Amino acid sequence: MAGGVVGYRAALAAAAIVPLVFVGIFFAWPVATMVGLGFADGLGGFAEVFARPRTGRIIALTVGQAGLATVICVALGLPIAHVLYRLRFRGQRLLRALIIVPFVLPTVVVGIAFRTLFRGTPLDSSFAAILLALVFFNVAVVVRTVGSSWESLDPRQEEAAAALGASPARVFATVTMRRLLPSVVSAASVVFLFCSTAFGVVLVLGGTQFGTIETEIWLLTTQFLDLRAASVLSVTQLVVVVVLLAVAARSRGRSLAQKRAARPRPIRRTDAPAVILTILTATALMAPLATLLLRSLEVDGALSLHNYAALATTGTRNALAVPVWVALGNSLATAATATVTAVTVGLLASILLSRTPRSPWARRALEVIDGTLMLPLGVSAVTVGFGFLIALNTPPFDLRSSSVLVPIAQALVALPLVVRATLPALRSVDSRMRESAAVLGASPLRVIATIDLALVRRPILAATGFAFAVALGEFGATTFLSRADRPTLPVVIYRLIGVPGGDNFGMALAASVVLAAVTVAVIALVERLHDSAVGAF
Amino acid sequence: MNKYIPIAAVAVILLAGCAPTATDSTTTLVLVTHDSFALSEGTLEKFTEQTGIEVQVQAGGDAGELANKLVLTKDSPLGDVVFGIDNTFASRVVDAGVLTEYVSGDVTDAESKYLLPDGSGGGYLTPIDSGDVCVNVDHEWFTAAGLEEPATLDDLLKPEYKDLLVVEAANSSSPGLAFLLTTIAAYGDGEWQQYWQGLLDNGAKIDASWSDAYYVDFSGPSSEGDRPLVVSYASSPPFEPAGATGALLDTCFTQTEYAGVIAGTEHEKQAQQLVDFLFSPTVQNDIPENMYVYPVNSKATLPDGWDQYPVAEKPYVIDPAEIDANREEWLAAWSAIAQP
Repeated sequence: MAGGVVGYRAALAAAAIVPLVFVGIFFAWPVATMVGLGFADGLGGFAEVFARPRTGRIIALTVGQAGLATVICVALGLPIAHVLYRLRFRGQRLLRALIIVPFVLPTVVVGIAFRTLFRGTPLDSSFAAILLALVFFNVAVVVRTVGSSWESLDPRQEEAAAALGASPARVFATVTMRRLLPSVVSAASVVFLFCSTAFGVVLVLGGTQFGTIETEIWLLTTQFLDLRAASVLSVTQLVVVVVLLAVAARSRGRSLAQKRAARPRPIRRTDAPAVILTILTATALMAPLATLLLRSLEVDGALSLHNYAALATTGTRNALAVPVWVALGNSLATAATATVTAVTVGLLASILLSRTPRSPWARRALEVIDGTLMLPLGVSAVTVGFGFLIALNTPPFDLRSSSVLVPIAQALVALPLVVRATLPALRSVDSRMRESAAVLGASPLRVIATIDLALVRRPILAATGFAFAVALGEFGATTFLSRADRPTLPVVIYRLIGVPGGDNFGMALAASVVLAAVTVAVIALVERLHDSAVGAF
Repeated sequence: MNKYIPIAAVAVILLAGCAPTATDSTTTLVLVTHDSFALSEGTLEKFTEQTGIEVQVQAGGDAGELANKLVLTKDSPLGDVVFGIDNTFASRVVDAGVLTEYVSGDVTDAESKYLLPDGSGGGYLTPIDSGDVCVNVDHEWFTAAGLEEPATLDDLLKPEYKDLLVVEAANSSSPGLAFLLTTIAAYGDGEWQQYWQGLLDNGAKIDASWSDAYYVDFSGPSSEGDRPLVVSYASSPPFEPAGATGALLDTCFTQTEYAGVIAGTEHEKQAQQLVDFLFSPTVQNDIPENMYVYPVNSKATLPDGWDQYPVAEKPYVIDPAEIDANREEWLAAWSAIAQP
């Protein structure tokens, strides 16, 4: 028994090292090096940068824009999560997969799709257009994160409350929402981080007039090489993120034990508002996608598959180094590596974070680790990218010319999503189950395998699909780091759009449709595994 | 046994770092460049055939990111040769000590107009390609509207051209910056600000990126928009159906791209050979079709059709050192007018 405890602790310690080393080497160190460079002549930059009237406006706009988009995403995402994960209807699996498509489309392409839709309306180049685009990209985060934990909520509590005479609204507010809160807060913090560091979409739809901290850091670093000011803004960004995460951690709380997973039920009349909202939102999400699809099929005003046939080529006048299909292969291979890395590291982190140590110090340490793992989402990709180049320059970490940096960068972005998707479920595992198993003689690893992993199988599958989608669509870090001979699909799309004439623009649209279709296929496959996993429960 | 899995995972991550570098006797040069770099398959291989030197291309980021990357990694360089430093970033890179002195000996008087002045990169950078950023015009639109096309920067302020022009933001787009420099070169300090106010008053639209302006707002054949004037490249019309669009040759600013040897390379002689190769007709003939700009080498041949499109005789120019010294101030002033 005592040996079991020691072994268990050793396993936990080992589990703790992997995520910390990963985030330490590939995130904290590069960012610290880059920010440190800006403060080489002291901290005088703060007073100077904060004295600029522009700075205050940029911070307010960043927080306001991300905050509003997050509120809208949660308001729309909750009813959709209910419809897609608690109800049962035909085409549900397809809808679940479709809703994630916006999330992986390259921002250049979505920007053009949105601008084509909005051109000539008051929405063109407006603050509202940016908000809509941010919601378009991120509503899937809420739907999937909340949905996968909602579907594993034990429905008997709701049934009991309803039997005792509580109205559906009351049941939702007092029973369901209370138990969903951890995952809602998780999803909302991820969405806020994504929105506050959104770059391409803000630039394309609003231009630099709606400058955010992120676009300003990009401007200062890549155009002006004003590292002092860029570092001040990076630190500001970090502070905003840390404050947000602290608030989130406080309000997240801990969910209660789940004993039985819900069975989805058919649609009832009381679901009407949620179903209508889901239909409306899905339609709105599909509008830019439909524009994309139609334009990809149109050649000289007629319907044609010409753009798709051209994907086997390297574009008009050799726009690309490799045919689009080869780039798709590169994308799938890179994304698979990134997914395995993110899920392995993320799961180890979640297992560790789900423990409740007795010592308050250990609990505090876990909270800090929890927050640290979220930071990659909240820190500028420009800072991380440049940090890679200046920090990872000595063996054994001279990775700058190596092709492993791309999947690592993608995994870094996917890692917080994996943690946020699996942690609420792992935390809801009743620790008495683990103790009982240990008392009955199960080894620590057996406890993790048969209790923790078995109970969080669904969130793990959801997280895997999500991580893969994120890696597949990642563009910022990939274009910054990728090797010319192994371009990924988003990089190729970007290049096709940047080169005028011939088939290139049409090919870019067709390639985007292919990217979307592959994403839907992968997510749908994960959903299938997911359903067959139910039987194993 | 299983408990070693996390340790094995760390080991794999660490080992992955020891990516294959050339271990045998052949030299491998790393060519650092931006994400628009492209050559036909087999072109760089010819260099390897001729010299036995392998080339690994490290591409990423736009021209500005490339320049700043090199400055920041000066103490542990990213590679041996850089291609893609343009005249707006040349003096920053040279002043930071990123490059070692070398200009290809193959550059003759015919190409000397592309050489940079001393103090602005002269002696360090070899010109490779050149392209103009000009206002492009949709000929068909003007024919259909029965309106005479504008020709000069001044014309763009005339009321008959109201709401017809779309430009890129100077602080987020490289052709946008080039067009701002055009106006600064044309009107001079103090006057260009008024010119821009005039452009905006006449309904000029500002987009964030080139693709946005060209594909969404421009009215040309491969676009969907309703504005027949757009800031783009002089090499854009050859990619549209013949005669559909053209460049206004009195509104051009020349962007020239250079190659140089990165200071601290262990293979200086070989790096110089690669710079010479980039300037040689083998690469120069391959440039137009791959990078949509003109080769600088007078011995290079242009692809069919390119000679039908005239180039600007007297494009606007500004000394790179002056650009680097004023970039931030100019952009701040421009931003105050264009993005209040």
